[in-house]
Order: sequence, then C-alpha cells, then structure tokens
Amino acid sequence: MVPTNYYLILSAVLFGLGIVAFVFKRNIITLFMAIELMLNAVNLAFVAFSQSLGKLEGEVFVLFVIIVAAAEAAVGLGIIILTARNRRSLNVERVDLLKL
Amino acid sequence: MEFLYKYAFIIVPVIKVAILVFIVLTVDAYLTWLERKVIAHIQARWGPHRVGPHGLLQPLADGIKFVFKEDPIPAGADRVLYFLAPFLTLVLAVTSLGVIPFGPGKFTIWGYTTTLSIVDLNISLLALFAITALGVYGIALAGWASNSKYSLFGGLRSSAQMISYELALTLSVVGVLLLAGDLSLRGIVDQQYIPNLGFLSWNIAGFGKGYGVTQILGFACFFIAAIAETNRVPFDLPEAESELVAGFHTEYASMKFAMFFIAEYTSMIVVSCLGTILFFGGWLSPFPDSWTFTHYLPSLLLIPFGLWVIFDGMRYETIFGRIILPGLGIAIAGLGIALAVFRPLNDFAQGPFWLISKVLLSLLIYIWLRGTLPRLRYDQLMGFGWKVLLPVSIANVVITSAVMFWRMPR
Amino acid sequence: MTGPIFIFLVLAAVAIAGAVSLILHRHPIHSALSLIVVMVALAGLYLLMGAEFVAAVQLIVYGGAIMVLFVFVIMLLNAGEEERTNFSTLATYGGVPLALGVAGLIAAALSRAGTETLPAAAQGGAVSSTRSLSMLLFSEFVYPFELTSFLILVAILGAIVLAQREN
Repeated sequence: MVPTNYYLILSAVLFGLGIVAFVFKRNIITLFMAIELMLNAVNLAFVAFSQSLGKLEGEVFVLFVIIVAAAEAAVGLGIIILTARNRRSLNVERVDLLKL
Repeated sequence: MEFLYKYAFIIVPVIKVAILVFIVLTVDAYLTWLERKVIAHIQARWGPHRVGPHGLLQPLADGIKFVFKEDPIPAGADRVLYFLAPFLTLVLAVTSLGVIPFGPGKFTIWGYTTTLSIVDLNISLLALFAITALGVYGIALAGWASNSKYSLFGGLRSSAQMISYELALTLSVVGVLLLAGDLSLRGIVDQQYIPNLGFLSWNIAGFGKGYGVTQILGFACFFIAAIAETNRVPFDLPEAESELVAGFHTEYASMKFAMFFIAEYTSMIVVSCLGTILFFGGWLSPFPDSWTFTHYLPSLLLIPFGLWVIFDGMRYETIFGRIILPGLGIAIAGLGIALAVFRPLNDFAQGPFWLISKVLLSLLIYIWLRGTLPRLRYDQLMGFGWKVLLPVSIANVVITSAVMFWRMPR
Repeated sequence: MTGPIFIFLVLAAVAIAGAVSLILHRHPIHSALSLIVVMVALAGLYLLMGAEFVAAVQLIVYGGAIMVLFVFVIMLLNAGEEERTNFSTLATYGGVPLALGVAGLIAAALSRAGTETLPAAAQGGAVSSTRSLSMLLFSEFVYPFELTSFLILVAILGAIVLAQREN
C-alpha cells in the first residue's frame, strides 16, 4: 500500500499550486477555480488521514466539503455574472474601486 | 502457455473488452438500420431496401461514405477542443459498457475466474452515473469549439437538458436502491430473484426479496429521463435537423459526426441495459423456474429464424444474398441446435438470452417513440424536467420508503 | 516498484500536470479543463485509497455538476484570453520559487514527522463501504447533514435572485 506521507505531500503541492494560481491569475473565474483546487487538495488530505487512522469521519467531512463547495460555486458564479455585466470586464484589476 | 497463466488477469479483460467493443459497434451500426426500417414502416414506406437484401448493407455503405467525406474544420475553431469533444463523448459512452453484467455465470479461463462483465465493481451503479455525468462535457465542448453561434446555443441547451434530467434519472433509481440495499448491478438483479415467482419478482411488479414495493412510477420516471439524457425524440430539440441547424454537431462532418452518432446509439444501448437490469430483472427469466421446458425457448426462436434467413438469402442473386446470408443462417440455426443439445451451454446461455431480448424490446420502444411522437419545445422540455419529473421521482422515493417502513416489523 | 505505488505516481503526476496547466493556460476554458483533469485524477486516488463512495461523489458532483457550471459560465460570458501584462520581476522570479519553497518545506516536514505519528497505513484502513459511511452520516452527523440541505436551498434561492434580469 502507499504510505500516507505520499498523499500528504501531494496534497501540500496541490495546495501550493492553488495559491500560486490564485496570486498570479487575473481572470475572476480562474481565481475561483484556484479556490476549488485548494479545496480539492484539502479533501485529499482528509481522505488520506481517514484511511490511515481507520475512521470514517474524514470521508463524511469530505462529503460536507464537496456540498459546501457546490453551494459556494453556485452563489459565487451568480455574483461573477452580475459583476461581469456591470463592469463589462472579467479582470479583477478593473474591480478595484467602489465606484463604477 | 506459462505466460498466459501468469498474466491472465490482464489478458482476459483485454480480450473481453475487444469482443464487447466489436459486438457493440456492430450492433450500433445495425441499430441504425433497424431504426430506419421501423420508422419507415410506421410511416407507410419501405426503409433502405436497395443496398443489400432488405437494405442490410446500408450501414456498411454509410460507413464508407463517412470515411471518404471531406472533413472541414471551421475557421477560428479551437483545434484541441474541436478534436477532443467527439472523442470524449465516444470514449465515455463505450466505457459505461464496462460495468454492465450480461449474465450470472462465472467461468474460468487460464486459471482466472471471471464473470460476464468486464469489471465487477461493488458500486457499479454509481460508476455508471459518474460516467454519464461526465458525458455532458463532450456536448458542451463541441458546441463551444465550433466557433459558431448555432453550435454554441445548441451545445448549451443540450448540456442544460442533460444536467436537468440527470437529477430525475438518479432519483428515480433510489427506489430500486432502497429495495436492493446494494449499489452493484449484480446485487440488484439478485434481489429480484425469487425462484418460482417468474416475472412477479422483478422490481416492476414488486414482489422481490425483502420488502418489495412495485416500482412502476420509478420506471416511468427513469424511462422518460433516459430518453432525455440520450437526446432522443421527443427531447431532441438541441440536435434536430430542422431546429438550430442541427445544434451542437452542425460544424462536424464525416468521422467526427459518426463518432457522435455512435456515442448516441451506444448510450441508448447502455441506458436500455440499465433499465432492464434495474426494473425488469436483468437476466432473469419471466417464467417460473419450475417450468424447465422454457429453457428451450432460445433454441425454439433461433432455429426457425436461421432457416428463414437461409431461404430468404436464396431469393437474391448477389454474393451477399447467395453466400453470406445462408452462411449467417446456418450459424444461427447451428447455435440453436447446439443450445438444444448441450445442457451446460444452454444453462449458460439463458441469462444473456433474456437480457438481450429485453434490451432489444426496449430499443424497439425507443425507435417506436421516435417514429410516433412530436418534439417538445425547449421551454416545455425544461419545465417538464424540473416541475413534473423531479417531484414525481422524489414522490416515488417517499412512497417506496413509506411502504417499506410500514411493512417492516417493529 | 509495486503496483499501488506505480498507480499513485501516475495519478499524482497527472494531478500536478493539471494544476500546472491551470496556471499556465491563458484562456479560462483550458484552465477549467485542466481542473477537471485534476479532479478525475483525485477521484482515481480516492479509489486507490479504498474510498469508493467518495470517489464516485467527487466525479458526479464536482466533476459532473460544479465544473459544468464553471464551463457554462465561461461560455455564457464569452471570456476571452487574459491580456499579457508585465508582472513585476520580483514577483515572478522571487515569488514562485518562494511559494514552491514553502510547499517543499511543508512537504519535508510532513514526510519526516509522518513515520512516527501516523499508524501503519499499510493494512486495510477503514472499512469504507457505503453502508458504514451512511450509518455514520445519518446517526452521528445528521444535524450537519440537515444543515447542508438548508444551505443548498439558500444557495439555489440566492443564485436565482442574483441571475435575474432587471424587470
């Protein structure tokens, strides 16, 4: 079997790549996708610990994380659509003033 | 030979995959022939009848046409996605065939015991739904990558329709899962097996093992949702030829269009198999087990059919008519005779025979619907999916669980 | 190299390649497709760990619904490629190595600490059949479960209100 450390290292690397994507990209939808990548990395860590400790609470928590990510994606994308309609741009650097 | 025994766990599934893909692709091709013939007869005309005896070479002619047609790529299309979309749709449709069990028997080749399915998962139903859920991407990406507004709208409409009806599809199956207590397709068929009850133990009638409840409502929801999932009439507005200029596959020609086509028929076969396994007992015979004379039914059907094919081929003067058709007829009649004579072979073939006949019946009903019903408009379609089918599926779950709870001892 | 470790390395390579391609592509639709590849690879890793229900839920919900929503929004808003700007040189040549260095530090700390504190993950692990998972979900976690259903209802209402046209 695969040692749990391998999964945790992969989770850390994916989380780091998610942070890099979040800092360096300027399209608002891509930023949102970077957040989903970070959530996925965390899910991987949860399942890895659940497997190694022999308890199932980790997997239950993963289900909750997936559900919350779904709700967040729905509302977040609604906000993105509204913002894109108002500002006519998907670039976050253009949404830096409170006035239009 | 040593090599075969040592690596049998890889070689045997590969052989099974090759056989299954070959059979399914041939069945797809002849399903198009059957569809054209049946719709034609519904509309009081003959279908293809020139290309071979009874038009049987029409799929071959269509295949040759697809290979030789010009394959243009629209200007400004995203090349990677344009090539990826039909490939993805076809791969996902054919992959979902891997989890379907075709019969109950186990057999041993080269020391490796396998069943009549490519893999035997214990969450095969969930895996099937996962593959269906991913199938939306092929259509959405096809619409996007064609760089044309008709394709884009067709793709978006079709994907939205598939996502909406996927909910009703998954919920209508929950009733069956409550009865079976098992997520594997094999376990669901096992729950419907009571030896001397025949078709009454199927989920559609509801006297299976445990606390059986009839799943007629669930089957109705499943069937309608399945037609919408596979984009067939009456739900095929996004891809119909008179609306939106053929929707998401407007800009696809020749082999890529053929890939979409094959994917649609394959997913039709998969959904029919799923419907028979979930609601109609899969490979179980509709007759009680004590009527062992019904075991000769396959032979009784195959032998006259084989003889008819032989004599019908003799009427034509072409090579296909004089040589291939009688050869095919001799093979069919020979199979019927072999089944009647060898008992172990007969017992082995019972399961697949019933599954295949039920699937064929279900496909005929699909084709019948295509020839008979008009198309739903897109807003009618979406309204029906969300406002009628989804509540009825949820009601089925509630009713099934209420009846089970009432019948359970405290 | 045994079978499971080989499969792990292949899936991990696919996941990391998908994440890197999410950063490198300029068009959001390509980033979305890379994220889908990452999610499918992660579902494969969950299967490798024996968490089959979680793998199926990840594919159905995350890969089949949430990412489809992302792809729809990208197509509807007709998001184009990002413009090229000049990042400050400090950010690129200092920031990316720093981020990767931090990730590497965390990874090294984890791999050194893991061998003592975590019990042997070699044998079996959890009996993560769907049955035991659902027993746990509906007995001990039934309150969060009902709360999440309420949360989804609120999210649906919010999305409908937000996306309405001004009448």
